[in-house]
Amino acid sequence: MKIAVLTKAIPSYESSIRIDSSSTWIDESVVNFVVNESDSYALEEALQIKEKLDNGSEVVVVTMGSQDNTSKVLKDGLAKGADRAIFIQNEDSNTDPLSIAKLFSQNLKDENFDLVFSGLQSDDLGSGQTGVLIGELLGMSTATLGIETDIQDGKIKIKRELESGWFQWVTLPFPASVSIQSGINEPRYPSLKGIMGAKRKESKVIDGQLSDDPKQNFINLFVPKTEKATEKIEGDVDGIVAKLMDILKNKLRVIS
Amino acid sequence: MKFTDEHHALYKTVKEFGENEIKPFSEEWEKAGIYPAHEIFKKMGDLDLLGITKDPKYGGTGLDYSFSVVFAEALGHACNASAIMSIGVQTDMATPALDKYGSDLIKKEFLAPSISGDYVAALAVSEPNSGSDVASIKTSAKKDGDDYIINGQKMWITNATQADYFCVLVNTSNDSVHHNKSLIVVPSNTPGLSVGDKIDKIGMRASDTAPVYFDNVRVPQAYRIGEEGAGFTMQMKQFQEERLFLTASTLIAMENCIKDTIEYCTERKAFGKSILDNQVIHFRLAELQTELEALRALTYKACDRFVDGKDVTMLASMAKLKSGRLIREVTDSCLQYWGGMGFTTENPVSQQYRDGRLQSIGGGTDEIMLQIICKHMDTLPKK
Ligand SMILES: Cc1cc2nc3c(=O)[nH]c(=O)nc-3n(C[C@H](O)[C@H](O)[C@H](O)COP(=O)(O)OP(=O)(O)OC[C@H]3O[C@@H](n4cnc5c(N)ncnc54)[C@H](O)[C@@H]3O)c2cc1C
Repeated sequence: MKIAVLTKAIPSYESSIRIDSSSTWIDESVVNFVVNESDSYALEEALQIKEKLDNGSEVVVVTMGSQDNTSKVLKDGLAKGADRAIFIQNEDSNTDPLSIAKLFSQNLKDENFDLVFSGLQSDDLGSGQTGVLIGELLGMSTATLGIETDIQDGKIKIKRELESGWFQWVTLPFPASVSIQSGINEPRYPSLKGIMGAKRKESKVIDGQLSDDPKQNFINLFVPKTEKATEKIEGDVDGIVAKLMDILKNKLRVIS
Repeated sequence: MKFTDEHHALYKTVKEFGENEIKPFSEEWEKAGIYPAHEIFKKMGDLDLLGITKDPKYGGTGLDYSFSVVFAEALGHACNASAIMSIGVQTDMATPALDKYGSDLIKKEFLAPSISGDYVAALAVSEPNSGSDVASIKTSAKKDGDDYIINGQKMWITNATQADYFCVLVNTSNDSVHHNKSLIVVPSNTPGLSVGDKIDKIGMRASDTAPVYFDNVRVPQAYRIGEEGAGFTMQMKQFQEERLFLTASTLIAMENCIKDTIEYCTERKAFGKSILDNQVIHFRLAELQTELEALRALTYKACDRFVDGKDVTMLASMAKLKSGRLIREVTDSCLQYWGGMGFTTENPVSQQYRDGRLQSIGGGTDEIMLQIICKHMDTLPKK
């Protein structure tokens, strides 16, 4: 079984995030990039499948982005046990999911992966579309929000998380692209021998160009304004109550 | 020290391990007066963290000491000085001599399971009447056929109640005090060896410290590490790693102490302003942070030299001395700024205050560090 795990470098929660001068992106120079959380679970699931099948399966970590931001992410995947890495180098800040999925698909097509795992969504942009779009572009069956996987009789069964505590089991034929929910397993720590061995593993670098006709653009990125205003209600008790009721009902709409 | 991607990745693994597998249980272990060394060591062994510099033939990774310093520093994020010290005993205090001078038999039987985390190791040097004056120990090992018969008592032994074996410094002859000693590995289940009650301490409460008694304990001579009579020198060399580890492992504790105090002092108001706004406080914290960075630089310098194969007895002793002094200053000053809250027991700063106090005593006292430094400076009174 050949499994690709899409993994993305995102700004860490601990970084102080500033908007850059173009007002369409953040200042990456002051940000520490880390592995997107749900991608870690996707990688762990792939590694566990490989270990369970024990038939020489291969796990490949795949990422896209700039060299500076992503090198740690790929090494982390290799240190944890992925067999090799594919890095689609792209310094563009285009965030259009369709363009991104197209670039991934073009470069992954010839690999003929049986499974593509991705995280449920990237914690920076949260569009949650990449895995599904790649599945569609590569003619794979797709499922999202996987919280359990089971490989049986040449198919993969996925337990999906629905709303309000409901679940759904779906069975997909291979090849399949599945997005994985956080919390599905316990991601391993990279061992020291894994860390030291990572640099000896194959890491293929592909120069990738995103479409110059994105279907989505950032127009303006801004920090929500927090405004504090205190309204003083004065008068006799009845007047104050009436005024307060009016505010709660009509302005704040917290009672009807 | 030049940090490679691998150093950073090791730091991350150790930090996350400490934050997830140690820190959440810290309070429980402090109350219990012990922590589950076997359980933690097994998990660490699985991540290759217990044999960073050790011989790959026995499960180690064979890296240079800069990785150990990164390991020790990152362990600080576990926020439990007891567990950190105990781990240090396993990796950098009780086992360096086994790795460097031990026979294949010793490495197979004792070093390999210490690296894999199956065995807990302890170092038994100090005695009731010999702490600073290591040369004056009385525990002896007398030859009897192919064996040694050991008699005596060791004191203050970290990991003692959980240890699978002790690396014991004993007198093996009547030669001069620096040439009559040997390091011998003694399995804890050897008849005649017994471990006393845990010692009740003001800090490091989750670490088990106890005396160990040897009453006609018979071990094969094959369990002696290296040459007979070379024990004192080997132990002195082993102290370099011990002191570097001890220093590096306190850096984050101090950093956290300063950080937590800044946070508390920002929130805490008195006389209409945050108490951090008083220059006496923010200047003092800046001063401590500066000292901390200077200590870190000294630690890295000592490490660099050690990696280059130089003797760093003086630099490691300076770092250990400074870390003992500084952790006391940092925790004392920070505790002060917490007011009454600082005087309560379940407060990270007061715990560091109690735990950190050991830094000037264990692994050689401040005074002994000064003595070593003076010896290297050639300023001791001439006899
Ligand atoms: C929690 C804990 C854990 C420990 N773990 C271990 C362990 O795992 N293995 C082990 O072998 N030991 C261990 N020790 C022992 C530790 O190494 C000794 O306590 C330390 O070396 C000091 O020895 P001592 O307690 O006998 O003090 P002493 O040697 O009696 O010293 C008392 C005081 O006299 C001072 N002094 C002594 N000589 C001089 C001098 N020449 N000039 C000036 N001042 C001097 C000392 O600095 C000190 O202030 C541990 C101790 C503690 C408290």
